[in-house]
Amino acid sequence: MTTVFALFFLIPLALVLMVSFWDYNQYEMLPGFTFKNYIDVFDGCLSGGDLCVTFKTYLSTLKFSVMVWFLTLLVGFTVSYFLAFHVRSSGVQVVLFVLCTIPFWTSNVIRMIAWVPLLGRNGLVNDVLVKLGAVDQPVEWLLFSSFSVVLAFVHLFSTFMIVPIFNSMMRIDRSLLEAAADSGATAWQTLWNVILPLCRTGIIIGSIFVITIVMGDFVTIGVMGGQQIASIGKIIQVQTSYLQFPLAAANAVILLLVVLMIIWALTRMVDIRKEL
Amino acid sequence: MKEKRAPGFWLLATFFAAYVLFLYGPMLVIVVLSFQGPEGGLTFPMRGWSLHWFQKLADGLGSVDIGSALGRSLGLGLTVMVLTVVLSVLAGLAFRKKLSGGSVLFFVVVASLIMPSIIVSLGIGLEFRLLDTGIKKVLEVWGLQGMLDNYGTALGIYTSALGAHLTWTLPFGLLIMFAIFNRFNPAYEDAARDLGATPWQGFRHVVLPLIAPSVVGIGMFGFTLSWDEIARTSQALGDVNTLPLELQGLTTTVTTPSIYALGTVTMVVSFVVMGLAVGLSSLLARRQKAQRAS
Repeated sequence: MTTVFALFFLIPLALVLMVSFWDYNQYEMLPGFTFKNYIDVFDGCLSGGDLCVTFKTYLSTLKFSVMVWFLTLLVGFTVSYFLAFHVRSSGVQVVLFVLCTIPFWTSNVIRMIAWVPLLGRNGLVNDVLVKLGAVDQPVEWLLFSSFSVVLAFVHLFSTFMIVPIFNSMMRIDRSLLEAAADSGATAWQTLWNVILPLCRTGIIIGSIFVITIVMGDFVTIGVMGGQQIASIGKIIQVQTSYLQFPLAAANAVILLLVVLMIIWALTRMVDIRKEL
Repeated sequence: MKEKRAPGFWLLATFFAAYVLFLYGPMLVIVVLSFQGPEGGLTFPMRGWSLHWFQKLADGLGSVDIGSALGRSLGLGLTVMVLTVVLSVLAGLAFRKKLSGGSVLFFVVVASLIMPSIIVSLGIGLEFRLLDTGIKKVLEVWGLQGMLDNYGTALGIYTSALGAHLTWTLPFGLLIMFAIFNRFNPAYEDAARDLGATPWQGFRHVVLPLIAPSVVGIGMFGFTLSWDEIARTSQALGDVNTLPLELQGLTTTVTTPSIYALGTVTMVVSFVVMGLAVGLSSLLARRQKAQRAS
């Protein structure tokens, strides 16, 4: 176990850090120590005026993260809340919960392309819209756009919110809710003042998952954005395909730092181990 | 006699139903569309029903040999499954005792889970490329020109890709093991020991049967996660691709329902594995109960 993680996780990470300081030419990496790659990444960022490519990409990726985070949180919390507090029989609860998690074990790409026949120019949604007379012409922005990317993210990753939030909700002592109700709290007050604080941990764990996935993503953005929308992950992927490994490594290190900062801000240490 | 539903129940129930539809609707559409008639296109309406596109798929899509990609993914998935189960169970057992460096390892495992996949993938790709350079140097120094000419790369399905998948499946396996052992009653083991069982007998006849249903679950995680994995594999493969990567490539080039047929096939494999896992798991649980009753 330790060996596996050392071989395939720690050493690779260390190598990324090391190689990010290497030089390179068209076909090979040249060992050395240079900040050239980092300077290249931020090329033009300090000259003022327009935002440089890197900052723009980070901004757009961050924008996606925040939107997806908010939506998955909303969906995840509502679904978990329904499952945990409104479904009475525990058998039904388990079945419905499993129903929500099954898609997690199926292919993400399939679940992405599944949107194509729905959202495309001649897709179902457009058909319906045209028939209803809501629009004269098929809407173009449904597919291969920011909209479809966010939709696919929410579709794919709300599971990561549901599972930890549901887990925390199931640990809430039901007598607390009764106590709240007895003290005259409305359902809404109970939700806001009792349940929400008590599933903080679940929310944070789910948020970490969703945000790190979206920050590093390049597959979803690639497929659902029609390969037109930039993301950090995509930059890294393109650079490796041109064999610019040191440059890609520098980008990876920066991405890693950004993600770590976000996680640090989110957690201030939640003991995940205790939560299982 | 039913007590009144809490306020908002129906609203929430509707939301939930909509969510389930949102989850499954598109997948269902894919499955339906893959049976499109030979004249049919990528969207509705259906022009007849046929297995035409499955036939096309079996013949191969362009330059891509679907059959062998499927084989590679199956092989890799099964290997990942076995390794995930074995390593997770062993690590789970080790973590039950005070393990020196345990919290560090735990931290690493969680980090591996939430690390953006592209970074892990890039790192593994780099590791093996540097290894290539090293091996080539060694061969050159030793004057093994023949071997040097034949040497391709250390990157491959069962080296780098396997490692990449394990960084993704093992954290899940280990977290499940923690969850199991947090709820595990050590009295059973103590009883076995008091009755004179060796540690191995205690594990084999007492612990293992008790955790078996959940271990099957870990196996299922291992296989299905590996079967669909793209992000971590993408930079860590040599010349050949796994099925999901081929599929991702095909999304931009193939414009016939064949791609839906391929989607249906991979989905069926996932569901079969899930079904097998659930079946096996409940079978084991039932057998255990029967044994305890007798």
